[in-house]
Amino acid sequence: MSKRFLYVNRKAPYGTIYALESLEVVLIGAAFEQDVSLAFLDDGVFQLTRGQQTDELGVKNFSPTYKALGDYDVNKIYVERESLEARGLSLDDLLPLTYEDEDDDWAEKDSIKLVSAAELAEIMQAQDVVLSF
Amino acid sequence: MALEVNGKSIAVDEEGYLENRDDWNTDIAKAIAQEEGLDMSDSHWEVVNFLREYYDEYQIAPAVRVLTKSIGKKLGKDKGNSKYLYELFPYGPAKQACKIAGLPKPTGCV
Repeated sequence: MSKRFLYVNRKAPYGTIYALESLEVVLIGAAFEQDVSLAFLDDGVFQLTRGQQTDELGVKNFSPTYKALGDYDVNKIYVERESLEARGLSLDDLLPLTYEDEDDDWAEKDSIKLVSAAELAEIMQAQDVVLSF
Repeated sequence: MALEVNGKSIAVDEEGYLENRDDWNTDIAKAIAQEEGLDMSDSHWEVVNFLREYYDEYQIAPAVRVLTKSIGKKLGKDKGNSKYLYELFPYGPAKQACKIAGLPKPTGCV
């Protein structure tokens, strides 16, 4: 019986290890065929922004790895609209994350869904496990 | 630890993975393969090159399940299966091929 796992990402991508750790746990956990979704809110929305440049920080830019999530069958990625708007960002500022839908002749579909804070609360309620990073 | 290739010393970790991905070249790949007891054929190179391209694009070495699926999509169903990949890389396609490709050990590797 698969469980519903939600990984909640609230922190900016660099400066702490949370974002990278969360991504690695998601990729490792994906092997166990659970029902996985990801939520990005607060400064966590910056994790998905396009055009990240980390040379000056001296750390690896791991943002391209989010594009592999579709290959790992992780295709429910919720971004909180309020957090995005409060930072002057829109969907166009985020990486285009897609997956191929096995049940729809492998059509390419968007993984990211913009949701309100209220909708995200409902999504959290529906989970068996919520992991916060 | 270090690997000697063409008179040069290449840094590797305790499991034989390259410390510095930029050190990689085909001679080093062959030397690592030899340590692994593998003779590199065109089929081996195809997988190794695929992994390097995957890493360039996504900055990770894919898990074996993802590797199998992606190889199938790119190189055809007859190659995108565990049997084919394990015949080429008996100690695990992701683990062994990644080492030869000069990539880090795959995240969540089997």
